[in-house]
Amino acid sequence: MSDMTTLSPVAASTARIGRWRWQETAFWLLVVASYFLFSDRYLILTEIAWLALFALSLDLILGYAGIVSLGHAAFFGVGAYGVGLLAKHGIIEEPVLALLAAGLMAMALGFVTSFLVIRGTDLSRLMVTLGIALLLRELANRFSDITGGFDGLQGFTIAPVLGLFEFDIFGRTGFVYCTVVLFVLFLAARRLVNSPFGLSLRAIHNNRLRAEAVGIPVDRRLIAVYTVSAFYAGVAGALFTQTTALASLDVFAFERSADLLLILVIGGGGYLYGGLIGAVVFKILQEIFSSITPQYWLFWIGLVFVVIVLVGRERMRRWARVAPDFLLRRLGLSRGVGGGGSRGGEP
Amino acid sequence: MSVERRVLLRAAVCAVAVGAFAGMASAQETVKIGLIVPMTGGQASTGKQIDNAVKLYMQQHGDTVAGKKIEVILKDDAALPDNTKRLAQELIVNDKVSVIAGFGVTPAAFAAAPLATQAKVLQIVMAAGTSIITERSPYITRTSFTLGQSSIIIGDWAVKNGIKKVATLTSDYAPGHDALKFFKDHFVAGGGQIVEEVKVPLANPDFAPFLQRMKDSKPDAMFVFVPAGQGGNFMKQYAERGLDKSGIKVIGPGDVMDDDLLNGMGDSALGAVTAHMYSAAHPSQINKDFVAAYKKAYGQRPGFMAVGGYDGIHLLYEALKKTGGKADGDSLIAAVKGMAWESPRGPISIDPETRDIVQNIYIREVKKVDGELYNVEFATFEAVKDPGKTKK
Repeated sequence: MSDMTTLSPVAASTARIGRWRWQETAFWLLVVASYFLFSDRYLILTEIAWLALFALSLDLILGYAGIVSLGHAAFFGVGAYGVGLLAKHGIIEEPVLALLAAGLMAMALGFVTSFLVIRGTDLSRLMVTLGIALLLRELANRFSDITGGFDGLQGFTIAPVLGLFEFDIFGRTGFVYCTVVLFVLFLAARRLVNSPFGLSLRAIHNNRLRAEAVGIPVDRRLIAVYTVSAFYAGVAGALFTQTTALASLDVFAFERSADLLLILVIGGGGYLYGGLIGAVVFKILQEIFSSITPQYWLFWIGLVFVVIVLVGRERMRRWARVAPDFLLRRLGLSRGVGGGGSRGGEP
Repeated sequence: MSVERRVLLRAAVCAVAVGAFAGMASAQETVKIGLIVPMTGGQASTGKQIDNAVKLYMQQHGDTVAGKKIEVILKDDAALPDNTKRLAQELIVNDKVSVIAGFGVTPAAFAAAPLATQAKVLQIVMAAGTSIITERSPYITRTSFTLGQSSIIIGDWAVKNGIKKVATLTSDYAPGHDALKFFKDHFVAGGGQIVEEVKVPLANPDFAPFLQRMKDSKPDAMFVFVPAGQGGNFMKQYAERGLDKSGIKVIGPGDVMDDDLLNGMGDSALGAVTAHMYSAAHPSQINKDFVAAYKKAYGQRPGFMAVGGYDGIHLLYEALKKTGGKADGDSLIAAVKGMAWESPRGPISIDPETRDIVQNIYIREVKKVDGELYNVEFATFEAVKDPGKTKK
């Protein structure tokens, strides 16, 4: 830090943490490469993309601010139905605008419910978030003349993106569209968490009392990040509806929220890429097992997750780095190999 | 000279080999079928029955028809329509399937319908029973049933058999709404009265509070529709609440008395009268053979979902025979129209106008046969069409 005397300590620190690393470039290059490498698997890649965005939104509140949630599907669902209803009634046809509108709807809900969520302890937060999602699911079921009830919202078409790119049966447009949205929102999230605002969230996460003592407005910060996270989840839900052209009650399902927690556990919270990597691993495992054994895949995937948690992510990350580290040592580049932007762990 | 001969010989061998290869390739041309059913989750029993029945049929009839090898690709959608849609799309785009089949619940069938239209592939609905499914795409045909078919029959039967007041309990989704609507149309028109009407949520329903209301409204009978797989739970709570002793009869479409679960329901199910297209006790030789083979292979009784799957794959085999192996959507859908055959459930056919199934509906009563519970058929209504379409 001493070599950055021209900057204030906070700015220096955020600049250091927020530096763009080569691993990140590599990650996004891989994403671009997947477009060319897996040209017959755009549909599953699309699912990974919106799932990653959804996981990113949970990471914002769980990994950074320490708010646990078992009802994040509430915002996903609002985004999904929002975009579906907008398209069905021809209110906003252009997908990007509809996406923003649906995100804002989810954001409004996030803002309102944040007052319930910031109160109390982890356990009560779990209950409150779970309750909100269940409530919305039942509302969607009850008002079946609007939402289609259990049969889902169907029979609408999604207009071409920006009026140019039609959603095709191969899912190419859907994939590119989702990935671009993911990348843009990822950059925004990255900017957010590496700002003083992000640092204050971490302070709250680490020790709420101390954060309050140094003058961080804890409640306001939590409300803000919860609202932003709701926007992200809403956009993820909207992408889901736009790429599949349907919305059904299971967008609010408890399983969706629970899977999301699992994804974050696999990928690791608090460094943004956790959700992305978790989503990739989760979907690929699911796809592999369910095509090998359509009957019993839940067993195998459960087993793998238990193993992942038991072995521990840290250890696996060390194993995964053996080869690249060796290569770098050989090239005489042993310094500056921070793990995928891990939390302040730079030498 | 010897060199020349060797070259000639080699060329000849090559030619033969190539010829054989080409011959093999044409003989081995495959028709792929994407079978999308719920194998996990609440509707898993539907998927398992269909999968079993399709496998059984292919064991009995071989996997080659009209010179084509049939390959079934099984996928689990857990009854979630977005899964169904993605799987169908991948099967069509990547695996190049000629037919998509299965569809455990109505929303799943709806979700795949636009793809069938867009890609011009045949979609065989083997389970889902909402009337309008077949209207969602010109490439859809169905080998299960519609709720309307059995609901109107049981409605008429109730009127004729002195049932005046009925309370209804139906699952809150499209097939449930169909069942209720068609039953009411016929029952109320015949002079019956609906004294209580409840809709129960589809996922993990708790019937107990509704059953108390039913009991309090003192009907002669209760009309029940719950999807396959939930009947066991329903009858358990029905007995726990003492409704079996209060003289309130269970009537309805046969889904609640699914053969799959019937035997485990206990004596409280005795006397329930339902209208449906299949009973494992159907007294035909074809059915006896089918039930015996199914029991031998899987150790349990086939239910109506299994028959839907069995007839679905049969329909495809026959259609391929008719088209001479041509598997494009237009040829196949043309071939299935008007197809008629003897199924384990009785004589059935595909309506050439609507592509929906036409079949006998039987009225059955739950009775004990050789110590096991069966739906014993006692009246037959022949060649019933889907009332959702004949009305128009």
